[in-house]
Amino acid sequence: MTENLNVYAVRTLTQKEYFAPGHRACQGCAEALALRLVCKALGRNIVVASATGCMEVVSTPIPFTAWRVPWFHVAFENAAAVASGIESGLKVLMRKGRIPRKKIVTIAMAGDGGTADIGLQALSGALERGHNFTYICTDNEAYMNTGIQRSSSTPFGASTTTSPVGKVQMGQITWKKNMPAIAAAHNIPYVATACPSYPIDLVQKVKKAADIEGPAYVHILSVCPTGWRSAPELSIKLGRLAVETGVFPLYEVERGQYRLNMDFPKLKPIKEYIKFQGRFRHLTDGMIEEIEKRVHQEYEQLKEKAKKGV
Amino acid sequence: MGKRVGMEVSLAAAEAVKQAKVDVISAYPITPQTHIVEHLSEIVANGEMDAEFFCVESEHSALSVCLGSEATGARSFTCTSSQGLVLMSEITYIASALRLPIVMILANRALSAPISIWNDHSDVMSIRDCGWIQFFAENGQDVYDHVFCAYRLAEDKRVLLPVIINLDGFTLSHVIEPIEFIEQEKIDQFLPPYQPVHRLHPDRPVSMGGIALPPIFTETKKAHEVAIRSSMSKILDTWKAFGEMTGRYYYPIETYKTEDAETIMVIMGSYGETASVAVDLMREEGRSVGLAKIRLWRPFPFEDFKKATLHAKQLVVIDRAISMGGPGGPVASEVKAALYGEPMHPAVYNYAAGLGGRDVSPADFIKMVDKAEIEIEEGNREGFEIYGVRE
Repeated sequence: MTENLNVYAVRTLTQKEYFAPGHRACQGCAEALALRLVCKALGRNIVVASATGCMEVVSTPIPFTAWRVPWFHVAFENAAAVASGIESGLKVLMRKGRIPRKKIVTIAMAGDGGTADIGLQALSGALERGHNFTYICTDNEAYMNTGIQRSSSTPFGASTTTSPVGKVQMGQITWKKNMPAIAAAHNIPYVATACPSYPIDLVQKVKKAADIEGPAYVHILSVCPTGWRSAPELSIKLGRLAVETGVFPLYEVERGQYRLNMDFPKLKPIKEYIKFQGRFRHLTDGMIEEIEKRVHQEYEQLKEKAKKGV
Repeated sequence: MGKRVGMEVSLAAAEAVKQAKVDVISAYPITPQTHIVEHLSEIVANGEMDAEFFCVESEHSALSVCLGSEATGARSFTCTSSQGLVLMSEITYIASALRLPIVMILANRALSAPISIWNDHSDVMSIRDCGWIQFFAENGQDVYDHVFCAYRLAEDKRVLLPVIINLDGFTLSHVIEPIEFIEQEKIDQFLPPYQPVHRLHPDRPVSMGGIALPPIFTETKKAHEVAIRSSMSKILDTWKAFGEMTGRYYYPIETYKTEDAETIMVIMGSYGETASVAVDLMREEGRSVGLAKIRLWRPFPFEDFKKATLHAKQLVVIDRAISMGGPGGPVASEVKAALYGEPMHPAVYNYAAGLGGRDVSPADFIKMVDKAEIEIEEGNREGFEIYGVRE
């Protein structure tokens, strides 16, 4: 039912902005939009632990801040560990009666580099320890803050400043790391993928993640016009195309049960998605075919899991 | 007077953490720090202490967890050694710059390679400039006492800096010593629950850890530097209050028979007791030797150091680490900096000794003094050598 609401029901969200306007994100930044929606989903009773990255840099140039909720940045690789500390600190202080008891949601936020690369160990530790927190990975598929370098989340074929198109190599030569599967392998209660192009779906998932007792992981595809070499006004459309072509399926893993949130009997041709992005400009038909094959294969595997419910 | 108990120093340290009513403990096992966390685990498992206790997946996360919990206003503790410290070193700088009053016990151990689990001071010297207040303990009682002093000092609203308590791995951490325990009521009075100025809480949202552009970065560094320098008077206040409570008084530089000494040995940490035996032996032979022990490493007590040593003819500084390719050992560097402005100052002869757990006996201290006195006599007034190298 979320499918039908997605376009029109944004007005049902709170008018309040907890991630305030005036920050310095690029035009068309879907990551900033994702965080804005995450905050709208959760309201004011949260504490955010942010990794180093675009969102940290654009939102808190001292003495300014775009955060109307408590926000804490320590370093690049440790958002999950810092969130573990926040969750534990609040818990023990409430238990000892030093602060009033109330539900406060602890959120860790990091980009794909801060999650799938340098932050993976801290994330795995926090998931294994079972802290009651929600981890938000905003995935823009490269190190955009440092100038578009490849990460393990950069898709095959994409050109970045460290996976350039040269005479013997055509962009990223490895396939995108499957971060949601890695999170799900920790047997945590909730894992989901989301995209701000589907705001209601995103908001519902973030709410669910925060409500569930124990660790939850939400992986949000965040279109980056600067890094993807796409037009800023296309960010929402590109997010939709990522889902409609099967490149980034929207699904949940709730207590081990896979559920595909949006199924397409026929996926759109991958070219529809690729053609708007300068980072894929050099791809040959053969490479596009190879990508499409892999995308379809993974999509089918996901459908199988959802069908079996495992 | 509190109860006097024979106890392994690591266990006494853990008991102090319990008595300090720490809220969150987060650590990763590394020799020779392990007995501290093991005993804390037992204490928590037995319900003797109400704390959140986490064995995390790395030292980097151990300290990161403490930053998170401390920022909510929870008293937080971690401990480590050697490789663990250098792995978490990135976060040490952030903890102090964000003014989070965490306390860490560091069971000092050599840095790899070659890998060594034994004691020296190369680990802590790698983070010398991280902006924490840093103490060196001479014996088990020091370690126990300094846990309370460290939290009271760190959490003082005029200080708000994290504190490292250094204790020598094995040679101090694993020995059984008599420890005089302090009654809980006295500790509760000395160390009330932590009241942060700001905490991460939705009722009063704050942003901590933003980015500083060039127009503001220098000012943040100045603020930090002023904070640690001006913590000196609060350190003295804390020790004074502690002394009044227990009868045990601590000072930045502690001396042994230095008043009339021509030669003064300078050391840090548990070598103090061995070196004082050497002083006695040399005194028996009629030699004019004393000992200055640096208890407070950061902020460095320049004035106290000068007061204690300026009258001597020569200082024999025994470092436990080497500044590779630099002036010798880091302690001697500081000592020379302290004396530089003085028109008349003692010669400084510098050794690095006891690296990676090599024993240094009273006889070794005597040999070092012998050689230093000869070298200085011959005009080598600023020598450096690594003591006891087998060639």
